[in-house]
Amino acid sequence: MTFKHFFTSSIGKKFSMAFTGLFLILFLIVHAGINSCIFLNDHGITFNKVARFMSHNWIMRFMEIGLFAGLILHAVQGLLLWKQNNKARPVAYQYNQPSKNSSWYSRSMGILGTLLLLFIILHLSHFYVGTKIALYSGDTTHNLFKEMDDVFKNLWIIVLYLCGVIALFWHLYHGFQSAFQTFGIHHKKYTPLIKMLGTGYAIIICLLFALMPIAMYLNWIQ
Amino acid sequence: MEHYHMNLTLKVWRQKNAKMKGNLETYKVKDISSEMSFLEMFDVLNEQLIIEGKEPIAFDHDCREGICGMCSMYINGQAHGPWQNNTTCQLHMRAFKDGDTIVVEPWRSSAFPVLKDLVVDRSSFDRIIQAGGYISVNTGNAVDANAMPIDKKDADNAFMAAACIGCGACVATCKNGSAMLFVGAKVSQLSLLPQGEPERESRVLNMVAQMDKEGFGNCTNTYACEAECPKGISIANIARLNSEFLIAGLSNEEN
Ligand code: HEM
Ligand code: SF4
Ligand code: FES
Repeated sequence: MTFKHFFTSSIGKKFSMAFTGLFLILFLIVHAGINSCIFLNDHGITFNKVARFMSHNWIMRFMEIGLFAGLILHAVQGLLLWKQNNKARPVAYQYNQPSKNSSWYSRSMGILGTLLLLFIILHLSHFYVGTKIALYSGDTTHNLFKEMDDVFKNLWIIVLYLCGVIALFWHLYHGFQSAFQTFGIHHKKYTPLIKMLGTGYAIIICLLFALMPIAMYLNWIQ
Repeated sequence: MEHYHMNLTLKVWRQKNAKMKGNLETYKVKDISSEMSFLEMFDVLNEQLIIEGKEPIAFDHDCREGICGMCSMYINGQAHGPWQNNTTCQLHMRAFKDGDTIVVEPWRSSAFPVLKDLVVDRSSFDRIIQAGGYISVNTGNAVDANAMPIDKKDADNAFMAAACIGCGACVATCKNGSAMLFVGAKVSQLSLLPQGEPERESRVLNMVAQMDKEGFGNCTNTYACEAECPKGISIANIARLNSEFLIAGLSNEEN
């Protein structure tokens, strides 16, 4: 079996979904951790320092390429799988009761993922673009914290960000344990632990992310 | 449980052949006993249709005791109807009450094309088995059962996987029309045992390749298959299929 055969097989595609999914999960820990520096409430001094390191250090910038590659692979593969899976049932049931045997969020990974993708595009346009322009134009006065403060003055943006976080929550709530099943880990002792870990992870990460725009909008953080 | 009779409205999928489009037809049946099986109720309906000079409804069945896996009916939005761990032939009319409307459809999957009414072609499953769901041994005298020691745990797991009757409810239920539970069970039942060891690698690779060729969808771990499987086949078998495929696929040196 060649690599090409492996990665174009149904299970091979699942492996790349799970692998990139877990990679994105690791990234979110770093992302949530760094952004949580705003909660120090020091006018963003610490946060800006870390953000500057992340955007200027060459190791980080190299890893960023991997991050984008992983995200794009995950999103494109996910959307292709979604399309292919819909083709596997060309005629729909006239009457179906899927809620009798599975959870709505496990059946909605494609929709949740698409919402996430839209959110990520909005999010990048808010913060990534500005940071890059500053980096390449050599602008040393760029203040990411202030940019956050400005963006989060608009109530609509807060609502959109909260929608993004909610989509993320359900995507992670199913995706975390799903990735381990995809890797072939199903165990009497470890599977319940993995599920607990995934739930805890999804709750903590999403609470942190939700709190950031809210705290800024309500001026808890300055 | 008390015995009772009921009048029912049935909406049944009628489709002349694989090419024609089908639709739901409405039928009424009267005085159905709560002791009848679902298929016996269909026999009553078909008798009625024959007397009326209409074409009886084609449906698959064989053993009528829950072991052959033929009785594929999607009943009120669930494979094999509302009872868990159950086939259509073992579904009894006491699951319904007087005045109920029951919708009956065939399995819907591009890999299980409808042949007529409720009958689908599940030979895609047979082709997956032909691709590797066997062990190659010389026939002859049966080997002494205890000649080859097998861990009790493995024997139990292989036995539980072997309970799969190939009914296709997992595919019919899965939103992706994925056959992973079936293939997982068939790979597990052999790969867990020493007799399955020589063909272990080629088995999983060939069976998955055939599964993909047949046009089944990709698993997204909704676990709906496990909930609807009449034999309670565990998704642990899908995990085992995944790891068998991962190891075989990445370690295999053939091009
Ligand atoms: C921060 C972003 C994201 C994270 C952490 C993440 C994480 C995950 C994880 C862990 C899985 C489970 C993999 C498995 O079942 O083996 C998954 C599945 C999936 N993701 Fe994402 N994802 C993210 C973004 C996206 C985006 C942007 C899209 C699409 C546009 C997407 C679409 C999907 C789809 C369709 C699935 C189900 C596919 C399957 O299970 O085979 N995800 N995701
Ligand atoms: S795994 Fe269960 S639902 Fe699927 S074919 Fe086997 S017995 Fe039927
Ligand atoms: S007719 Fe054999 S399992 Fe139902």
